[in-house]
Amino acid sequence: MTALRMPEPDAGVFARRAEIVRRLGEIVPGEGVIADPRGLAPYESDGVTVYAQAPLVVVLPETVEQVSAVLAYCHQEGIKVVPRGAGTSLSGGALPLADGVLMSMMKFNRVLEIDFPNRCAVVQPGVTNLGITRAVEHEGFYYAPDPSSQIACSIGGNVAENSGGVHCLKYGLTTNNVLGVEMVLMDGTVLRIGGKHLDSPGYDLMGLIVGSEGLLGVVTEVTVRILRAPETARAVLVGFESSEAGGQTVADIIAAGIIPGGMEMMDRPAIHAAEDFVHAGYPRDAEALLIVELDGPAAEVSHLIERVAEIARGNGCVHLRVSNSDAERLVFWAGRKAAFPAVGRISPDYLCMDGTIPRKELPHVLARMREMGEHYGLRCANVFHAGDGNLHPLILFDANIPGELDKAEAFGADILRLCVEVGGCLTGEHGVGVEKRDLMPAMFDETDLAHQIRVKCAFDPKQLLNPGKVFPQLHRCAELGRLHVQRGALPHPDIPRF
Amino acid sequence: MAETYAPRDADETRTFLAWALAEEKPVEVIGHGSKRPIGRPVQAELTLDLSGLSGLSLYEPEELVLSAQAGTPVAEIEAAVAARGQELAFEPMDYGPVLGLPAGRGTIGGLLATNLAGPRRLSKGAARDHVLGIKAVSGRGEAFKAGGRVVKNVTGYDLARGLSGSWGTLAALTEVTFKVLPRAEASETIVLSGLDDHRAVAALAAAMGSSTEVSGAAHLPADAAVATGAATGGTVGRDGRAATLVRLEGVPVSIAHRADMLMGLLAPFGRIERIAGAPSEALWRAVRDVAAFTPDRAPGTVLWRVSVAPSAGPVVAAAVARAVPDSRAFYDWQGGLVWLCLPATPRGTDAAPSGTAADAGAATIRAAVAAAGGGHATLIRADAATRAAVPVFEPQPAPLAALGARLKAQFDPKGILNPGRMA
Repeated sequence: MTALRMPEPDAGVFARRAEIVRRLGEIVPGEGVIADPRGLAPYESDGVTVYAQAPLVVVLPETVEQVSAVLAYCHQEGIKVVPRGAGTSLSGGALPLADGVLMSMMKFNRVLEIDFPNRCAVVQPGVTNLGITRAVEHEGFYYAPDPSSQIACSIGGNVAENSGGVHCLKYGLTTNNVLGVEMVLMDGTVLRIGGKHLDSPGYDLMGLIVGSEGLLGVVTEVTVRILRAPETARAVLVGFESSEAGGQTVADIIAAGIIPGGMEMMDRPAIHAAEDFVHAGYPRDAEALLIVELDGPAAEVSHLIERVAEIARGNGCVHLRVSNSDAERLVFWAGRKAAFPAVGRISPDYLCMDGTIPRKELPHVLARMREMGEHYGLRCANVFHAGDGNLHPLILFDANIPGELDKAEAFGADILRLCVEVGGCLTGEHGVGVEKRDLMPAMFDETDLAHQIRVKCAFDPKQLLNPGKVFPQLHRCAELGRLHVQRGALPHPDIPRF
Repeated sequence: MAETYAPRDADETRTFLAWALAEEKPVEVIGHGSKRPIGRPVQAELTLDLSGLSGLSLYEPEELVLSAQAGTPVAEIEAAVAARGQELAFEPMDYGPVLGLPAGRGTIGGLLATNLAGPRRLSKGAARDHVLGIKAVSGRGEAFKAGGRVVKNVTGYDLARGLSGSWGTLAALTEVTFKVLPRAEASETIVLSGLDDHRAVAALAAAMGSSTEVSGAAHLPADAAVATGAATGGTVGRDGRAATLVRLEGVPVSIAHRADMLMGLLAPFGRIERIAGAPSEALWRAVRDVAAFTPDRAPGTVLWRVSVAPSAGPVVAAAVARAVPDSRAFYDWQGGLVWLCLPATPRGTDAAPSGTAADAGAATIRAAVAAAGGGHATLIRADAATRAAVPVFEPQPAPLAALGARLKAQFDPKGILNPGRMA
């Protein structure tokens, strides 16, 4: 396991473990508490398995009252709590703490209400992303944000991570598709924010909660917007001799006023890995492969797909196919969607990075990544959400070779710093979690971070909920609260006044 | 008279607020003051005028990103992006006309601070859904930034969104970054006439629930249709009947196809007309800016903005009309946004559940909203005495209010920024 500094475990809490387990068992009776080592093992890590840590105890509440009572008890006793949905986090956001209670929300798995006239669904947080679509598709509706893990990931986790997917350039991220939440604060307070109406009175707490990585509260109910599925979708598969030509095509499509339903790019190593895996008919001689999907009314899609093809030809593409059936469209996507397992076949291990850049910086960033790869002696394959500049460099390594994991991690950190340097950010969709926590100062200075932590202090002053994630160092709220102000003798004469 | 300071940049803004904090002097934060009459009147010794922080600092059309100093006029930004075939897709409304102030005077910082939106709110979101990053000075006199300038970013808490709709009570924005989107090539409006409110909202729900990608869904009862028609050269309301509006935008070939689909879908609801091009655009601007209830068209009235589930819109308006017979309403957002225009001293209110005349209808409206499934009502236009006496923004349940107060205390511990504004 990689070196990672977590908050110092509380010896007092360890000493009280038996008492804590007993008390939790009273709040959540039956099989709602897991305390034996074999039972805890499945919870040791989330999607980032390089980080593993058994929790103190796992609790699986079934009702809001139980969630509230567990949190209130832990708050009173000073016990840390890590909330967890399906555990598909790719940044270690659900990594347990040795002295913390792991609260699994997977028993909250019911669709509570579907309201087609108001185009929303009310669901519990453990419902999977795809489960929402499954619940409404009989009327032709769907839930738009579609992370690649949508078959497994829970909507509660989507709220925590502000998840997106291929569709998010056109249809927005979770934050744009959530209308309301019920959540429980660390002290056990139950809150309802939003609902079937738009916007909330008071501060935009929903804006803060979505993407807060489980540090502000435990979500117990979510109201999401559902959309009528587009009439049709078609895709274009385009190969280029250079990433520059691919990048220019993306820029030209946007400049032409076209916002595709999805726009994805892969580099040569990723193309080869995917083609070997699924035989989608990808051109092996291309340096960059672009998949552009247009969705909407059939007449519009046909019209726009021609324009996209023209733009691609204008940029000298060497390969171009337009899907003429849904089956063909899905074949185009098959390779891209299987890119991660495909790369898994060509390397014993890989690290999946997640940074966003201004799209125009793509050629520069790819060139710099090649240089870094040479420096570290590691290969890298790239899949890229081209529409929104979200890069996923897959750094290939072999964990059995001493030192390779460290090199891969250093390579990944360099890539993310580069993303920030060119005007981008550390994470486009996976979250900061523990994985990118110590890189936060590359993007935010101390005052920026202090203002973020102040949000945490408003929600969870004792910092008991998922501590050690997102922020590189734990300030106590009291330390942040000090005001250093020099008494101004004079109203500033240099500022214009009237 | 409050003393006004007009910094020229973010650093002067920080210096000024650090000084105001040290002196514990309350500050009213304004851009051009275009939304100043909304909310509780602020009692402040000092005014921070951010209109000097003006100008685009970054505009990259192919990246769909724009950054501007907070005091930049929205009109200037809209013109700059229109020149490149783009727009702020959330179609921000202009509060000027409905407040009896000139149009086109808002700033981009004010737009985010008040989370503006227009008819496209129901399909494309509000300002909060398009903001990517901010720079600001908190009530601690500290400059900070949040978010970034790429369209996809989940790095840290989304403070840019957290500050949207905070009415300058947590921090003074100094720069904002927004996502921009291509402007549609064409638009067209399908108009159904003569529907009652419930039937109209059912028609709008049918349109929104179809795959025709409707970008605007409004209903103007007869008097609102007549007033809106008068403001737009008679596009609607000529026959004195209600007008139910459904907007399509996109490439012309697509609009033609979708309009045909909608005509079929909406045929059972009644007579249909189609309005295209400039008259259609003017009509939606009039809906956006509440032309039906501007002070010259609705003299001596107070104006409320109510957000509820779309199907609850007509229920709320009907309940208010029963208590306050002279009240008028029109609906945007498929019925979910109800603009309620009430007499300032309503007649025939004896049956109202509380002193309607004294509270501008607040108790009646808020009871109707609660009974219809929840939402919120904001008093947009009333004289200062009324706004000082009535909770302008929806009162919140105690736990939410307490959390809001803790957030305020974290960002503005001495309460120097726009004190009382959101109360």
